[in-house]
Amino acid sequence: MAVSPRVVALTLITAAAVGTGTWLTVRYLNRPVRRPEVARSEASPAGAARRIKAVLHYVAADGLRLAAAERDVVYAESTSEQARRIVEALLEPAPAGLASALPPGTALRGLFVGERGDAYVDFNGSLRTNHPGGSASEILTVYAIVSALTVNLPAITSVQILIEGHEVDTLAGHIDLRRPLPNAPQWAEKGST
Amino acid sequence: MRLRSFLATVSIVAAALCAVRLEAQSPQGTAPYSVVSAGGRRTIATAMAGDREMLRLDELAALLQLTVREDRAAKALTVSRGTNLVVLSLDQGLASMGGKIFSLSAPPARDGSRWLVPPDAVSRALAPIAGVRADVRRASRLIVLGDLRVPRITVQQEPGGPPTRLAIEMTPRTAYTIVQEPKRLLVRFDADGLDIGPITAGGGLVESVAAADPLTLAIALAKDFGTFRAATVPMDGASSRLVIDLTAVGAPPSVPSGLARAQATAPPAQAAPPAPSAARPEVPAALSAPQPPGVRTVVIDPGHGGDEEGTRSAGGVLEKDLVLDVARRLRSVLDARLGVRVLLTRDDDRVVPHDERASIANNNKADLFISLHANSSPNKSAKGAEVFYLSLDGLGAEARKLAENAEPKPVPVLGGGTRDIDLILWDMAQARHLGESAAFAMLVEEELRRRVEMSSNPVQQAPFRVLVAANMPAVLVEMGFLSNPEQETQLTSDDFKNRVVQSLFDAVVRYRGRVEAQASGRVP
Repeated sequence: MAVSPRVVALTLITAAAVGTGTWLTVRYLNRPVRRPEVARSEASPAGAARRIKAVLHYVAADGLRLAAAERDVVYAESTSEQARRIVEALLEPAPAGLASALPPGTALRGLFVGERGDAYVDFNGSLRTNHPGGSASEILTVYAIVSALTVNLPAITSVQILIEGHEVDTLAGHIDLRRPLPNAPQWAEKGST
Repeated sequence: MRLRSFLATVSIVAAALCAVRLEAQSPQGTAPYSVVSAGGRRTIATAMAGDREMLRLDELAALLQLTVREDRAAKALTVSRGTNLVVLSLDQGLASMGGKIFSLSAPPARDGSRWLVPPDAVSRALAPIAGVRADVRRASRLIVLGDLRVPRITVQQEPGGPPTRLAIEMTPRTAYTIVQEPKRLLVRFDADGLDIGPITAGGGLVESVAAADPLTLAIALAKDFGTFRAATVPMDGASSRLVIDLTAVGAPPSVPSGLARAQATAPPAQAAPPAPSAARPEVPAALSAPQPPGVRTVVIDPGHGGDEEGTRSAGGVLEKDLVLDVARRLRSVLDARLGVRVLLTRDDDRVVPHDERASIANNNKADLFISLHANSSPNKSAKGAEVFYLSLDGLGAEARKLAENAEPKPVPVLGGGTRDIDLILWDMAQARHLGESAAFAMLVEEELRRRVEMSSNPVQQAPFRVLVAANMPAVLVEMGFLSNPEQETQLTSDDFKNRVVQSLFDAVVRYRGRVEAQASGRVP
């Protein structure tokens, strides 16, 4: 039986279209899934809590800048919960060779992430009362907190520090804390994230 | 709004987790609060709850005709008047009124059979249900109930002279009358009461300044007193300043520079700032013709002060003391050798709010603002001086553009006509001066480098609170690190302080040359 050239052409075109559609569908379903609020994530051993790698900043050796260090932080579904866990990790003892930029006794009271990417982080009064003062120390404290959230959570673009639930002018008389601050990478050592 | 929701959420969660009831630990209070109302003046006793000062609720309730009831099941106090009601949580500083939750600085505390509440509960919770406005002024331990005029009055005698100059600040602006008596001047205010703040006066032709009666300040005069001139000048916000220049017998009368002369000297003199005088007032020189560019007034800001000590060295050196010492030295040198007017934002050990520091510079039309500080780092090896000027990181791009491109606006002036006045947002005043601030910072750094060790980051930008509202080139100088034992010794030595002072003096001289060169068309 003779097959007309038109039928052959139509068949080939239909087959090509179906094949391309199928390939695109499979490719879409197998695409890598990214969580926008987590910079890096990795699978954890079975049974252990899933963790992410967060870049946190501590006082550098020169005492004038922040040094970056990677820490494991328990994974959270929501941005605000992940932010809380990151700040709690920052409050833990610093890695060997580095010093915490936050004064002793500092504790997190609460954390809220607004719709425009502003995070409000509420600390207890120790953040202020135990602070040693000096603009260098204050800058390191403020930007260790700001960078912890803005570097690791792209959904957070600026951070306002509260003390005991209240807005404050400054922590120790220098940095203006009356509004959310964006990250300022110049306070980190060159090469730090 | 987002912040309020956050605070409410945090507080509610905290309440669920924590039920710690604050008990009054010491019934002994500090000095009582004065309450000024249409019914007169009375006092309200205070008591301490832990380290927090509280007011006695029973006395407030009697004053405002409130009914107080404890709801033990709900762990709350219910305070009511008629159908108005507010519920104060006993667990934490939270209150509820009309379906809205708001925070207080502390929860109520029990003092035996009495209840105590924090002072802010008066204005936020109690007065609203009584239907009156309350203005709680903690600094002066005063509560103003109702729409009464009780201006805050502070008196400062400027150093130096002659003439002897008194600056009396009034917030809000208040009409007054000056009456001259044989041995004193009486400044009588048109108000319902006075909230008299710090009075720093004495010396020269002034023996003392004190309240003569509830509405009058008395200026006791030295025997050499001859005459006086008074002038008023509006300040930013709701304040105004009355400047009184006193001259000795035989000395030529002075005219308060840059200010509108309000009245002559014939006793009794009367000056009521808001009311137009029959005689046409002189238009002050500062308003009639713009001064040529230059550096005529420098404001030096010794950081911290009072309870805000700044940093402290291992040996106990306090930043607030160190920077005040250097500020005074710098004032002497600039005054004696450059002939410029020099003002300090504080000349003693007291707290000065950041905005007030900027106000002093702005209201005196300063040409330079220099904030002095000493540094600290967690690492004891950190050392060296640093110079900062403002970074606008904290402001949005739109706000920065608005501040940088602010245009002068025509406003009416006394005597008719208009004058272009720069109307700028207080919080962004520095934005327009960043270029000049950077230039001055470079000069300061160059001069410091010649005499003292600099840090590895000698010139930097940061969002410093004290610089934000300065409406002139402004820098913050960190002289060195008190946390570094070696630098602690240096910083406390006369030699080091004088090297810093000489550096700043030379930087001001160079900057003045730059400004004058720019004005004459010679680009430095």
